Amino acid sequence: MTEPKTLGLQDQEIIKEETERTRDCHCYIPRTDIYEVNEIIHVILDMPGIDSNAIEITLEKNVLNVKGYAQIPDFDNHTLVSSEYEPGDFERSFRVSDSIDREKIKANYKDGVLRLTLPRAEMAKTRKIEIKAN
Amino acid sequence: MYRRYRIPSVWQEMNQMQQEMSKWLNLYSPQRMESTRAYPAINIWADEESAIIAAEIPGVPKENLEINVTGDTLSVGGERLLDEIPEGARYHRQERITGKFDRSIQLPYTVDVNKVQATYKNGILKVILPRIEAEKPKKITVKS
Repeated sequence: MTEPKTLGLQDQEIIKEETERTRDCHCYIPRTDIYEVNEIIHVILDMPGIDSNAIEITLEKNVLNVKGYAQIPDFDNHTLVSSEYEPGDFERSFRVSDSIDREKIKANYKDGVLRLTLPRAEMAKTRKIEIKAN
Repeated sequence: MYRRYRIPSVWQEMNQMQQEMSKWLNLYSPQRMESTRAYPAINIWADEESAIIAAEIPGVPKENLEINVTGDTLSVGGERLLDEIPEGARYHRQERITGKFDRSIQLPYTVDVNKVQATYKNGILKVILPRIEAEKPKKITVKS
């Protein structure tokens, strides 16, 4: 039996850019899980507080880029009295190998989590090569 | 003349030391503002009649969130699960945290339990906690 792990808060890494941002909020690097099952690579990114239509996913050359633009909440008449997190944008890039079928990359956003599936191309799937004995 | 010269130089020295110190402190403290290390991170907005609490809890379906309000305390609990992958497959990278969490927040007033509203959208839980009528601040006019 393993003791259930109690969650602690992790620090959210902020992207340090050389150029200045034009948007008045931080840009974070989303924490990501990556695993591969049945020739499909799953990429899961925590991007809370982003609307699904404010997410941009682009694939240029070999770079898959994910951007999410936050909507900073504002409540009239209420003042912020305690703050432990700052809403912000998210951005992260991944290098995608040639063996990925670019046409079949899918994305799904639910409950603040973006899930990407990157299937390997038919051609690139590992083939077992028999060695002929002479 | 001598004194006038000496005093600012001491202050300069002090200033320099202070700058040096804060530089080191900043190096070793996290980027974000210091806070309790409890999960989830919570922001609180308030006015005289209610408080709005927002928490970043991505990836927990709302059915799995447990929100309780008793008296002046709000508690939020749930569990972040790891995707189950078949045997043989492995994680190339695992940065997202998993596990159970349970956090309570005490408010400076009794909450009107019947009027509490909770929404969960895009991984952000928002709870509106109105103050009970009896504890709302009353304006008292001074008679002349």
